[in-house]
Order: sequence, then C-alpha cells, then structure tokens
Amino acid sequence: MSAEKECDSRLDWKLLKQGAEARVYSCMYLGKPAVVKERFVKTYRLPELDKKLTHRRMSQEVRSMARCRKHGIRAPAVFHFDATRRLIVMEHVTDGTLLKDYITSLNGGSKREEKLSNLVELIGSVLAQMHDIDLIHGDLTTSNMIFNAERRELTLIDFGLSYVSSLAEDKGVDLYVLERAFLSSHPNTETQFQILLDSYTRHSKKARAVVQKLDEVRTRGRKRTMVG
Amino acid sequence: MVVAIGFEGSANKLGVGIVSDGVVLSNVRHTYHAPAGQGFLPRDTAAHHRKHVLDVLRRALDEARVTPADIDCVCFTKGPGMGAPLVSVAVVARTVAQLWRKPLVAVNHCVGHIEMGRLVTGARSPTVLYVSGGNTQVIAYSQQKYRIFGETIDIAVGNCLDRFARVLKLSNDPSPGYNIEQLAKQGTKYVELPYVVKGMDVSFSGILSHIESQGREKLERGECTAADLCYSLQETVFAMLVEITERAMAHCGSQEVLIVGGVGCNVRLQEMMATMAEERGGKVFATDERYCIDNGAMIAQAGWEMFRSGQVARLEDTWITQRYRTDEVEVTWRTD
Repeated sequence: MSAEKECDSRLDWKLLKQGAEARVYSCMYLGKPAVVKERFVKTYRLPELDKKLTHRRMSQEVRSMARCRKHGIRAPAVFHFDATRRLIVMEHVTDGTLLKDYITSLNGGSKREEKLSNLVELIGSVLAQMHDIDLIHGDLTTSNMIFNAERRELTLIDFGLSYVSSLAEDKGVDLYVLERAFLSSHPNTETQFQILLDSYTRHSKKARAVVQKLDEVRTRGRKRTMVG
Repeated sequence: MVVAIGFEGSANKLGVGIVSDGVVLSNVRHTYHAPAGQGFLPRDTAAHHRKHVLDVLRRALDEARVTPADIDCVCFTKGPGMGAPLVSVAVVARTVAQLWRKPLVAVNHCVGHIEMGRLVTGARSPTVLYVSGGNTQVIAYSQQKYRIFGETIDIAVGNCLDRFARVLKLSNDPSPGYNIEQLAKQGTKYVELPYVVKGMDVSFSGILSHIESQGREKLERGECTAADLCYSLQETVFAMLVEITERAMAHCGSQEVLIVGGVGCNVRLQEMMATMAEERGGKVFATDERYCIDNGAMIAQAGWEMFRSGQVARLEDTWITQRYRTDEVEVTWRTD
C-alpha cells in the first residue's frame, strides 16, 4: 500500500515543521491523525553518503520507536514506512506541548521552580528506562520531547540518530548532548539538570557507570583546553 | 570616534589590527610555519611572535596612519590559546598600554571571531559555526551570552585536517588545510569513512585514526590516491559540520548562519553550507582569509564593543588563560 493512497492526498498535507533532517507534515492516515516525516535529499552531501545515512537513520528510527513502545516508553506509533520515498508515517501526538515551548512558557510564571523540578524528575526517569533497554536516543534536546502537564506524560520523538548500545560511554554521551542542549536553550537551569541526573540515578540500574562516564565526557568537551 | 588596537597571538598567527567605529584601518599579520610533517610547538611559536611583534605593530600603525595618541584602548587576546604565544603578545599589549597611558581590554578569542564576522558580513543574529585548528563550536546568542549548542567532543576539525596533512607530508605554507583543499579538488573516488554525529555534537578523533591507518594502507596498495583521501575526508567532516549547524538552526529557529575561524575560509565548506541554507530559505555569511584566519582587527573589533560598553581590565587582571570558554563572556554590548 502506498502512503499516499492511505493518507489524504498529498495536497492535503500541511507542513508542520522543517527540521534539520526532514519536513514534517500533518495528515490523516486511515482516519487517524498522523504525521508524515519526509527526509528530503540533502544536496550538500555526496549522494552516496546521503543515501547511506538516510537509509540507516530511517530504519533505526522506526525500530527504536517500536522498541520504546514495547517497553512502555511513550513514543509515536509507526503506521507506515516507505524507504524509497523516504517517508515514515506515524501517530500525531496532539495532546501535549513541545517541551521547549512548555519550559519557555513557565518563565516568569508562578511556581516555575516547582513545575520545572517536577518535569525534570520525569525526564530523568524516562531516560533511565530508555537506557536500561540499551536504547541511545542520539539527539536528546527539549525540541525532541512532548509533554502533557495534566497527565504528567512525556513522549520522546525524533529517533533519527538513535541506536542500540549497552556501553556506558554511549549513554554518558547521550546525557551530555542533553545537558548541552538543555543549558544552552534554557539559561540558568543548572540546578534543574542536577535534579534530572539524580532522578536518572535513582531510576536506572546501571546509572553509576553512566554518570561517571558523563563526568569524563564533560572534561573532554566543556572544560578541555581550547586553542586558537 | 573610538579607535581600538588589537593584539592577537593565541596560535601560530601573530596579528595587530586597528579598528575605528566599524572601519578596519589596518590588519597586519605574520604567520609562523612549522616544517612540513610537523605541527607548531608553543616554544617556537612564542619565539616567532617575540621576534616579529614590534615590526608588525609598527606596520599596523603606519598603514592606519594613526599615532599612539589617537588610540583609545589597547585590546589583546586573553585566551583561549597556547600559553607561551599568548603571554608573549600580552606582554607587548600591557607595555604599550602603559607607555601610551591607555586602558586595556581583555578579549576572548572566539568572541573576536564572532564580532568580526558580524561586522564584515552584516549578519545580525546568526547561528555561528566556529571552526579552526583548536575549536569546533556551533554558537547562538541569547540573553547576553554566546551560548554553545554543539561542539566537538574530542579534537577540533582543523586539528583533524592538519594532522592528516602531516601524514601526507603536505606543506604548512600557507596552511595545511589550504593544501588539503587544493589536493581534494583532484579527488574523484569517495572512500568511506566513519560519520560521527551525536545530536548537535561531533567527534573527529575516530575518523582521524581510521584514515591514518586504513587510508595509508589503501594508498600503499594503490586503491586510492592522496587526493581521493583528502576529498573523502573533507566531504565527510564538512557534511557533519553542516548537519549539526542545520540542527542548531532548526532548534533555535534561526535563518542566518555565519562561518568563522580558519577552516571557515574553505570554499567547499562554504558551498555546502550555502546549499543547506538555501534549502531552508536561509542565508549564509562567510568571510575570506583576511578575517577568517586569526588576525588583530578581530580582537580590536570585539575590544571596541567591550570598551564602549565599559568592559575595561585593570592591569592586575590582564593575565592570560589557555582555557576560556565562549559562553563565559558577558556580552554587555548587545541589547537584543
């Protein structure tokens, strides 16, 4: 079955966002709200490199979403996958806010600290769960999480750079990527990130080695000597 | 009118530049070239700077047609960089500042690159890709800081290219990266290399070891040429850089990208970045070797901004530091 046949005609696709990797459209798929993620050809890269990367990332993405859902971690359900057209059709998560927007919306509001702590606590536990099934997200940012404050549910999205690994090093780098994105997108949240790590440590069985690696990676990156 | 003089010597480039209210009056540079197959060592580089700095200073003043009396502030690179070269240039800045009785301004080298790029290109608030021999960072401004969104988790991209040039024994004149760029133009065959992107971060050390060992073997067996390897290395590492820049742009909702730093004058990198920006409906800003490569004017320009917003260093605070992160600087001169 082609994606076009089951989704509304392509004319009805509405562009939601142009990310770094893909364009994301909203549509209906067999009567359900869905999004189409289309990885357009990156003409700046060599065609052979682009093809290899795109293919690898698409299949990783689909596999990882399925893996999450199998283990009770919230991620969009995959409806359809078309490697030649570079399309993934998946569930449209409509009952939540992009985490980045949610955090920004808290600025200046009442109970900001309390709400933030509550939120990062949840992120820590979800990531612990994800790492315990040896899944590395690869691009953890506040743009890649959807939060439903009412039900206190966190959905992970955009698994394009994800892979399976049991190495503490890979998990440490995963957290390091999040730390960088978190602190640069949301200034003055250092204490909140520590709460996130504490929660991660409490919820993950293998947290000690991972947090140790995180410290190691930090000295490699953030505080390393920089020359000219 | 505010006239600023800038002293730069954090790596193998020694530069003195004079800037007056956004106009570059002079920008003199003298580069230390290590022998082919070798990198530049701190001691030799510092000796080079000490030997040439007064001559470069004299030429900068002459070309700008200013006298010390016209100058309002003396700016120098506080860091990051190599210790010995930084010190030898800072000593000169401190000395002339006291002789001329002018205030000193201590400038972060990376911020110098960003401010010079903004001045030359007119980019207002771009996402910045800063790529050089010592740094690889994706930076965006928010709330009085240049915040680092992505960077290398091990070696810098320029370091990766330089070290590969040493394997091929390419000349360090004018720069190893330039010679790789020229050789890459003759490459036709793409040799597959690791591609390591982690969110908005990248890693180059694995690629370097891979090409150092496997590439050399392939070369010996005659399966590819040195040009093919240069071509493949550039295509791979630049694709990684463009990818993380694009990811940062998507994350920050930005439409402008500015490339600065020594690797930034690579035309192939600029082309790839332009293609990416075009596809997003954005715009790329790049500078040529006069301003991409370390120079004195960029220190003068950042210092000029700092001086006007009241950031002046007391003499006892004009020490240098090898480690000085871009996001440690309070950007007091921007109001957005």
